[in-house]
Amino acid sequence: MIYFDNSATTQIDPSALNTYDQVSKKIWGNPSSLHRFGEESFNLLNQSRKQIADLLGVQPNEIIFTSGGTEGDNWVLKGTAIEKRKFGRHIITTAVEHPAIHNTCEQLKQLGYDVTYLPVDGEGRISIDDLKAAIRKDTILVSIMAVNNEIGTIQPIKDAAEVLKQYPNIHYHIDAVQGIGKGIQDLIMNERVDFVTFSGHKFHAPRGVGFIYKRAGKKIAPLMIGGGQEHNLRSGTENLPAIAAMARALRLLLTDEDAKVQKQAAIKSAIYDHIKNFDKVTIFSKDQDNFAPHILCFSILGVRGETIVHAFEDHDIYISTTSACSSKDHVPSATLTAMQEPTELCTSAVRVSLDANNTLAEAETFNRVFDQLYEQFSKLS
Amino acid sequence: MQYSEIMVRYGELSTKGKNRKDFIKQLGKNIRHVLHDFSDIHVNPQQDRLHVDLHGEDYDKVIERLTGVFGIETLSPAIKLDKDIDNAKRVALQMVKDQYQSGMTFKINTIRQDKNYPLDTYDINDKLGGFIIENVDGIKAKMKHPDIEIRVEIRMNGIFLSSETIKGAGGLPVGTGGRATMMLSGGIDSPVATYLAMKRGVKVDMIHFFSPPYTSPQALAKAKELSAQVAKFGGNIQFIEVPFTKVQETVKEKVPEGYLMTIQRRMMLRIASQITRDRHCKGVFTGESLGQVASQTLESMMAINDVTNLPVLRPLVSMDKTEIIRIAEKIGTYDLSIMPFEDCCTIFTPPSPKTKPDLAKTRHYETYIDVDALTKEAVAGIKVTDIKPGEEFMNQNQDVFSELL
Repeated sequence: MIYFDNSATTQIDPSALNTYDQVSKKIWGNPSSLHRFGEESFNLLNQSRKQIADLLGVQPNEIIFTSGGTEGDNWVLKGTAIEKRKFGRHIITTAVEHPAIHNTCEQLKQLGYDVTYLPVDGEGRISIDDLKAAIRKDTILVSIMAVNNEIGTIQPIKDAAEVLKQYPNIHYHIDAVQGIGKGIQDLIMNERVDFVTFSGHKFHAPRGVGFIYKRAGKKIAPLMIGGGQEHNLRSGTENLPAIAAMARALRLLLTDEDAKVQKQAAIKSAIYDHIKNFDKVTIFSKDQDNFAPHILCFSILGVRGETIVHAFEDHDIYISTTSACSSKDHVPSATLTAMQEPTELCTSAVRVSLDANNTLAEAETFNRVFDQLYEQFSKLS
Repeated sequence: MQYSEIMVRYGELSTKGKNRKDFIKQLGKNIRHVLHDFSDIHVNPQQDRLHVDLHGEDYDKVIERLTGVFGIETLSPAIKLDKDIDNAKRVALQMVKDQYQSGMTFKINTIRQDKNYPLDTYDINDKLGGFIIENVDGIKAKMKHPDIEIRVEIRMNGIFLSSETIKGAGGLPVGTGGRATMMLSGGIDSPVATYLAMKRGVKVDMIHFFSPPYTSPQALAKAKELSAQVAKFGGNIQFIEVPFTKVQETVKEKVPEGYLMTIQRRMMLRIASQITRDRHCKGVFTGESLGQVASQTLESMMAINDVTNLPVLRPLVSMDKTEIIRIAEKIGTYDLSIMPFEDCCTIFTPPSPKTKPDLAKTRHYETYIDVDALTKEAVAGIKVTDIKPGEEFMNQNQDVFSELL
């Protein structure tokens, strides 16, 4: 099997799974319980938090655990909307965000908030001038993804940070779900950023766990209200086995990060260099620095994305249409649509998404199968 | 750059006249303490400077430890060379190159201790400066506020070059200001008060009141860990655990509710005073801040202070909570302090304690209990532990955890 759908989810790391197992069996006290058994859980929770904070170069009290990327995105957006409604109701985001951001913005619009979606260029990237022009007196939040989940564009989040330095009261959020472990941590954890969303299952942790970075002193209203866990910001008994497993997975992810990034980039290049020679192939991801090393999105003119996915599947190779979340809706890729690509290209796009566990040999197999399928498809069209 | 030593400059010591020697000796001792696990390091206190010879140890880590030590004004990583001026030229050039960015200015600042050295300060400045100008494109010399300053010291045993000056913790070396006790509750305030007491050179013994089963073992562990945290600023701390259950139960049973808190505090201070005297300490520090809670009004303080004639010192007396929290965060005690374990100050707290207790009534109600016997019993039951900087008490599962994470 060749698994090239790592942007959808990754396989849980065996040692992280072992952590999950061990913690579930041995350290299962409620971290909020006062007795020694609860305290042990509380200590492990804090130790996990500290490890994650250290890995990101921030303070432990700036890490808050969530159930994953969708919750993190919802929380920062709605939490800011509630917290700062007295100061304004304008939110700026981009036209190519993940549905967790996009649909939350649409919901906030119904509640009376105003949303500006920044357009993107042919590479799926926003312009800083557009951002500058969009900022208003009542802007309370700017939310930009670090890495586009469909084509891998790295957004100019650091340049946006420079602009936002002049507006210290605007919350600046980065959705880094696709960006962690891809060699751009300096970009993501920049000095102006206030909130960052992370999701565990994108880096070999279990599903249903994630965290946000919240700069100390910045305020958002809680969405989960109850027992007052996580400094009253995110109630609900902590998912300790998953949190500990995530702390481990993050440490493993960031160990030898450079080498892993280079490996993914080399695999991406091998496929890129091969398929670029075919007439009917359009590649949307670029093979260069301001694109993530692990995402390669392309289309074969005249063949629907689903058809390509299933054709590869017959060869035990797993890729996806542009995003797993919306792939069953039969809607064309939101990112490619925003890039104003023609509809026939948008509907035929597929995404190869890599991980450090993939190999160059897999890329070679992929390329061989590609040749075969391309010939087959050519007969059809 | 591979530095050979850290040069430490003294703070207020220059004004201390005859006691200077003691201060330097104490500082040297404290520095040896905080660097105890660097086995190759040699600490060498001199009249005007203290030298930490690195012998290959990582200078960043040593500096990190030293910046927490009271009595240090500034410190600089330095390189010791033999007295060959060409060697000095080469190293000075490297130091400049390490920091140089286009448009920067520099200065050579030479001090000559070895008066027999053939070159005088002017010659040395000239030779080193000239060499740098020749070899770094576009760099200019500037005497006032240069971007890069290379300090050159010609001493009897070599030439020392340094270029970075790092701010130390200031204050006086812990141990030079005598010895006192500290009433440590485990909240946010008392560790900050400890830190400030240490800053004035006071060696502090911790007194912690402990009321099992009303307070948990975790609360005790937390107080110990807080002590270990502040021990980083002055070396080992004696932690004195006082059994307080009987006092609290008796007070609760015998004394009218409104005066419960005041009399409980008087008992604490009485016991603390006895321990302070027994240990030949010269005062009691507390984390009280005026007006913060019922026991910290002027009237309360007067009623509580009535039981002792030792100095009761309150470094936080006029600080706001936000100022205290800021220091707690800086010294790394805040997160520990806010952990939710009951301490002996919060159990048996009446719903409305007297904020302005009457001294005569306080004294009267106190006759309902046997003050001397209770005090004696508590003092007899103390347990003393020696706590080292950074020791952990809360988290006994460190090894298990590090395997899991």
